[in-house]
Amino acid sequence: MDPAFITPFITSIQNVFSTMMQLRVDIGTPAIKKDPAPTYDVSGIIGMSGDVTGSVTLSFPLATAKNVVALFAGAPLEPGTADFADAIGELVNMVSGNAKGQFTGGKKVAISCPSVVVGSNHLVARQKDVPCIAIPCKTDCGDLVIEIVIREVAGTGAVTPSQAAAA
Amino acid sequence: MKILLIDDSKTMRNIQKSVLTQLGYTQIEEACDGHDALAKVGTFGPELILCDWNMPNMDGLTFVKTFRQTNKAIPVIMVTTESEKARVIEAIKAGVNNYVVKPFTPDLLAQRIQETMAKRAAA
Repeated sequence: MDPAFITPFITSIQNVFSTMMQLRVDIGTPAIKKDPAPTYDVSGIIGMSGDVTGSVTLSFPLATAKNVVALFAGAPLEPGTADFADAIGELVNMVSGNAKGQFTGGKKVAISCPSVVVGSNHLVARQKDVPCIAIPCKTDCGDLVIEIVIREVAGTGAVTPSQAAAA
Repeated sequence: MKILLIDDSKTMRNIQKSVLTQLGYTQIEEACDGHDALAKVGTFGPELILCDWNMPNMDGLTFVKTFRQTNKAIPVIMVTTESEKARVIEAIKAGVNNYVVKPFTPDLLAQRIQETMAKRAAA
């Protein structure tokens, strides 16, 4: 994966959490994740298609998810309810949508409607030929991770972020 | 003023509804996608529509294109994560009057509503 794809997600999660919840996000060191299981218990997943394809997952420990959802929705919500899933889904939607808007080179990228999985030890299938980049995030609500499994589709004529930065 | 809120996320509808209520707008109807919205515009009679883009069943852009075939007067503000310039232009060409990118502050949403209604009043 082009490392320049990572920055938009960092900027985006900080922007989304700060604007919608006044919640500061401190970013740890991004790393390649080899374990196919999501890092934590609650996954908000969104697909990308077009010039960039793959998936983006926000992975929360249950306690963090409950704290973040309570801030975002304005009231505590029970995990396992449709409203809880809706709030997590909207967060991954905003983080991914905001990030794709920062991809350089005029890429045309569409995002899917989000899916949300709640429960320990669940598995999210992802592209095997694309590395998963995990970006650890720390907030006052607890830790979470952004897991990015995306690649630029060859032959689209779009400029990679690195090429754009070098231009 | 009657406002139709179209968003598949109940959380996002609640957030927008809370902002609208604080601004003094209390006549609010909700729709969860474009189909739902088309079914409600006739009976509710909105004076302003706030519309998400990415939704299941019928997305916001398709809703706007369909709605504009029969109604060119009621202002529509797109409230969406789609921030690319090409997407904004696409929405404006389809008949959107103003645009708010998520995430947004209550002040920004209020400003866009005021701008939109002022333009409509001046037209």
